[in-house]
Amino acid sequence: MAHATATVDMMHPPAPAERGLDVYNNKLGMWVFLASEVMFFTALIGSYIILRFGAPGPWAPPAKVLNVPVTAFNTFLLICSSVTMVKAYAAVADGETHFLRFRPFSGGLKFWMLATIIGGAMFVGVQAYEYTHLVHHGFLPSGAREGSEVAELVASGVVPAATIGLYGSTFYTMTGFHGFHVTCGVISMTYLYVTKALRGKYSRHDYRGVEVIGLYWHFVDLVWIILFTIVYLI
Amino acid sequence: MHWWLPLKGSTFAGEIDGLFLAILIITGIAFVIVEAGLLWFVVKYRGRPGRKAYYTHGSTRAEVIWTAIPAVTMVALGLISNHYWVKIKGRNSVPPNAYPIAIHAKQFEWQVTYPGPDGQLGTADDFEVRNQLHVPVGRPVVVHLTSEDVIHSFFVPVFRVKQDAVPGMNINVWFQATVPGTYELGCAELCGLGHYRMRAQVFVHTQEEFDAWMKQAAKGGATS
Amino acid sequence: MTTVAATSHVAHAHHDDRSFLRKYIFSTDHKIIGIQFLFVSLFFLLVGGLLAMQMRWQLGFPGKPMPGGGILPDTMAPGGVLLPEYYIQLVTMHGTFMVFFAIMPLLVGVYANFLIPLKIGAHDMAFPRINMASFWSALLAGLIMLAGFFVPDGAPRAGWTSYAPLSARPDLSGASYGQMLWCVSLVFLGLSSILGSLNYITTIINNRAPGMTWFRMPLSVWSLFITAILGLLALPVLSGAVIMLLFDQTIGTHFFDPVAGGQALLWQHLFWFFGHPEVYILILPAMGMVSDIISNGSRKPIFGYHSMVFAIVAIAFLGWIVWGHHMFMSGMNPTLGSSFMVSTLIIAVPSAIKTFNWMGTMWRGNLRFHVPMLNAVAFVAMFVIGGLSGIYMAATPVDMFIHDTYFIVAHLHYVLFGGSLFALFGAITYWYPKMFGKLMSEPWGKVHFWLTFVFYNLVFFPMHTLGMAGHMRRIYDPTQYDFLKPYQPLNEFISISAFALFAVQAIFALNFILSLKWGKKAPQNPWEDNGLEWSLPAPAPHGNWETVPTVYRGPYEFSSPQVPEDYLPQYRKLPTDREPARTPVAGH
Repeated sequence: MAHATATVDMMHPPAPAERGLDVYNNKLGMWVFLASEVMFFTALIGSYIILRFGAPGPWAPPAKVLNVPVTAFNTFLLICSSVTMVKAYAAVADGETHFLRFRPFSGGLKFWMLATIIGGAMFVGVQAYEYTHLVHHGFLPSGAREGSEVAELVASGVVPAATIGLYGSTFYTMTGFHGFHVTCGVISMTYLYVTKALRGKYSRHDYRGVEVIGLYWHFVDLVWIILFTIVYLI
Repeated sequence: MHWWLPLKGSTFAGEIDGLFLAILIITGIAFVIVEAGLLWFVVKYRGRPGRKAYYTHGSTRAEVIWTAIPAVTMVALGLISNHYWVKIKGRNSVPPNAYPIAIHAKQFEWQVTYPGPDGQLGTADDFEVRNQLHVPVGRPVVVHLTSEDVIHSFFVPVFRVKQDAVPGMNINVWFQATVPGTYELGCAELCGLGHYRMRAQVFVHTQEEFDAWMKQAAKGGATS
Repeated sequence: MTTVAATSHVAHAHHDDRSFLRKYIFSTDHKIIGIQFLFVSLFFLLVGGLLAMQMRWQLGFPGKPMPGGGILPDTMAPGGVLLPEYYIQLVTMHGTFMVFFAIMPLLVGVYANFLIPLKIGAHDMAFPRINMASFWSALLAGLIMLAGFFVPDGAPRAGWTSYAPLSARPDLSGASYGQMLWCVSLVFLGLSSILGSLNYITTIINNRAPGMTWFRMPLSVWSLFITAILGLLALPVLSGAVIMLLFDQTIGTHFFDPVAGGQALLWQHLFWFFGHPEVYILILPAMGMVSDIISNGSRKPIFGYHSMVFAIVAIAFLGWIVWGHHMFMSGMNPTLGSSFMVSTLIIAVPSAIKTFNWMGTMWRGNLRFHVPMLNAVAFVAMFVIGGLSGIYMAATPVDMFIHDTYFIVAHLHYVLFGGSLFALFGAITYWYPKMFGKLMSEPWGKVHFWLTFVFYNLVFFPMHTLGMAGHMRRIYDPTQYDFLKPYQPLNEFISISAFALFAVQAIFALNFILSLKWGKKAPQNPWEDNGLEWSLPAPAPHGNWETVPTVYRGPYEFSSPQVPEDYLPQYRKLPTDREPARTPVAGH
C-alpha cells in the first residue's frame, strides 16, 4: 500500500494536465532515451553480424585471442551489480535509506547503491586490464601487430589472417562503447549518490533518480549479456 | 540541346524511355490536376469580406477515392517496372551468349580488359586498353565490373545503363548496343577530385569492324 | 494536491529576474532556445547558400575566375578559378550544411522547441536543461563542421553522404582532418537531436494542457512528434556509422575497407537506414506547419484531420523500409531492389492524401493571402513536383538512367527548397510576432515571395532537362563531356537564375532583421488563429501561462456556425462547452 502512494506522489505533474502515460517525466524520458540507445547498439551489433557473415573467411575462435574466463568473471560481476541495483531500488521504495543496520541485519539504499557503483567500477577496471593485456599481446583494433604473439597465431593458421582485422575492429568498437556506457553509468550514479542519496534526498515518496538510473543500469547490463554471447562465446 | 532523352543506343533503352514516358503521363496528369486545382481554388475562393468559408471537416468518400487511385496506380506501376527491372538487372538477366569484357575502375580511369581473339576472359590472349570501350553492335555484352579503390559508377547515357563499381565486389552488368557510333562513358559516383574527368570513349562497331579492331588491338596496337 | 503543485509553478512564471546570461545565452526557456536555433541555423543557411553560389559559378562558367574569388587562398581558388578539390569540398559542405545545420534545425530545433509547449499548453519542455544542452551541442557540431575549411587539406571531400571507402581513406579523398571533423561534428549533432527528441516526445506525451487530447493536437505538433520519434531512432544509427567511419580513418579499423574484409556497401546501408527517415525529418514538420497555415489562410477546418494524422504516421513508418531506393545501382541484390521499389512507390499514397487534403481545405474556403499562406500554397505546389519526380527514380529501370544525375538534384531541391524552405518562410513570418512581438513587413514579404518563387523555378526546373540528358551530379566541369557541351547555355542560365535567387533572399534577411526593431507592433492574435499560443501576449512571456488554458475543441474550428467570427480558439469556452474531465492523478 505504502508503495502505491509513493508512486502517486512521484508522478505528480507540476500543473493540471491532460492524461498522458501514467509515468513521470524522468522515467518516460529514460525509456525514450533507451529506445535510442537500442538503435545505437543495433547499428554496431548489426554491422558486426553483416561483417561476420560476409567475411572473406572463417572468424577467429574467441578463446584463441581473448581471455574468456576473465571476461566471464567480469560478466558475473556486472550481473551482480544489477542485483544490487534492484536491492537499492527495493530498499528506497520501502523507505530504507540507511547504509547498514545490524539488528536485524539489513542493507539500505546507501549500501546497495554504493555496491552497484563499486561493481560497475570494477567491471570497467577489469575491462581496462583486459584491453591492456590484449594490446600487449598484439591484438589491436586494426588486427594483429607485427611480430607479436597474436601475429604468430595468425602465421601458424590458428587465427585466420583474412578476418583478424575485422575481428579487432568489431571487438574493440562494440566492447569499447559498452564500456563507455558503463563508465557513464558509474559517473552518473556516483553523482546521484553524493548529491542525493548521501544527503537524504531520497525517500519512499521520491526515489525517481534511483529508479531512472536503475533502468539505464539494467539496459547496459542486458547489452553486455548480448555482447558477451556474440563476441566471446560464439 | 535536346529537350528529351538522348539517342536510344541499346536494346533496353526503348523500354526505359517508354517507362519514363508512361510515368511522365501519369505524373503529368497528377501535376495538372493539382496545379490547376490549386490555381482555380486560389482564384475562385479568394477571400471576400462578409463571406464565411464552408464549414466541413472532410469527406470520407473523397478521401477514399484519392487514396485508392494513387494506390492502384502505384502498385500497377510497381509491377510494370519490376517486369523490366528483372529483365534488365535481375540476377539471371545476363544473356548466356553475352560477350565478356572486364572493366576495372580506378581513380581516375577505366581499365578495360578484352578477352582477345578466343573470346574468353582469363586467358593468355587477354589485353587491356585504357579508357576505350569497344563493343560489337547487336550482340549482348556483359561487363565484369570491379574497382581498385573507391566506388565508381559505370554510366553510358546512350545505353541507359548504370552500375556502381564497388571495391571488393565483382558485379556483372550487361547491355546490347544497337546503333554503331562513338559515345561517352562517364563516372556517375563521386570518386575523388578527378571524378569529373573520369571519362572514356565508347565505340560501337559493326561485327566486321569489331573483329578487325580486335585483331589489330590483340597484336598490341591499341594498348593504352 | 494538484492545485498546490500548480500554484507553486505559477509563482515564478512571470517574475523574470534572471540575469542577461541566463535569459538569452544559457537559457532553459524553450522559446529562447528556439530563437537561438533560429539565428544559428539561418546563419548556416547563409553559409550553405554561399557555397552553392560558388558551385553555380563553376558550373555556369567553368574555368573562369570567380568575381571576388581572389580572396580565397590558392589552395582553393588560385586567381579566383576554383580548383576541382575545392569544388568537391563545396559539394560536400553545401549538402552537409543545408541538411544537418540549416533545414533540420530550422524545422526541428526552432519549431519543435518554440511550438510544442506553446501549442499543447505547457509551461516549458519536460527537461529544460537537456534542451539547452541540445542547442549547445548542435552549435558545437556546426562550428566543428565549419572548422573543416580551416584545417590542413581543407574540408571533407566525399559528399554529404560520405560514401566509404572514399571517405575512410585520406590517401583516396585527399582530405584528412576535414573528413574526421565531419564525423566528430555529426556525433555531436546526433547527440543534440537525440536530446531534443526525447524532450519533445516526453513533453507531448505527458505535459499537455487539460482538454488537449491526442486528436485535438494541431498537425504541426503531430508532425513534430512523429519527427521526434524518427530522429530519436535514426540519429543513433548515424552516430554508430560515423563512429565506425572515424575509427576507420584514425585507429585503423576495417569496417568499410574491402581490402581487409570490410564492406563498402555497409556504410551505404547504415547511412541510408538513417538517411531516409532523415529525409522525412526534413519534410514532415514542414507539412505540419503548412497544414496549420493553410487551414488558417482558408478560414476552414483542415480537410480530413484524422487521415492527415494517419498519413504522417504512415509516411514515417514507410520511411524505415525504403532506404534501399538510394542504392538501386549500388550492386545490392536486385531482388531487394524490387521490394524497395514497391515500398517506395507506396509512400506516394500518404503523400497524395496529404496533398489532396490540403486542396480540400482550400476548396470553398475564404482564402486570405497573407505571406505565410502564399508560402504555404507554394509549398503544396512545389512539393507536388518534388513528390512526382520521385516516382521516376522509384521505378528502378528509369532510375538506372537518372540515378546520380541532375534529375535527382532537381528532385531533392524541389522537396527541400520548394518544400521545406517555402514552408519555413511561411512559418517564420507566421510565428515571428509570437517570438519577437513585431510583425514582419507584409508588402516586402510578398515581394520576397514572388521573386523567390519565380527564380526558384528558373533554377531548379531546368535541372530536370539536364538530368534527362544524363548530366552527372557532383562533376566539376561538365564541358569535359562532349554530350554535355550543348547544355552549357542551360547551365549558364541556371547559374544566373541561382545568383538572382540568392540575391533576393536579401529582402527576406532585411525584412527579418529590420522588423525586429522597426516592425509593426504585433497584436496578440494577428492571424486570428485558434492555437493556444495566441492566447498569450506577443512576445510570449517566460513560463508561458500563469495557469495553462483549458482546451475545449480541436485547433481548426474556422468558420464554425457556433460563433459569428470565422475563428474559434481552442481555449475559448462557449456556454455549451463542458470542462474536460480532470484526470485524477492515477496510481498503478
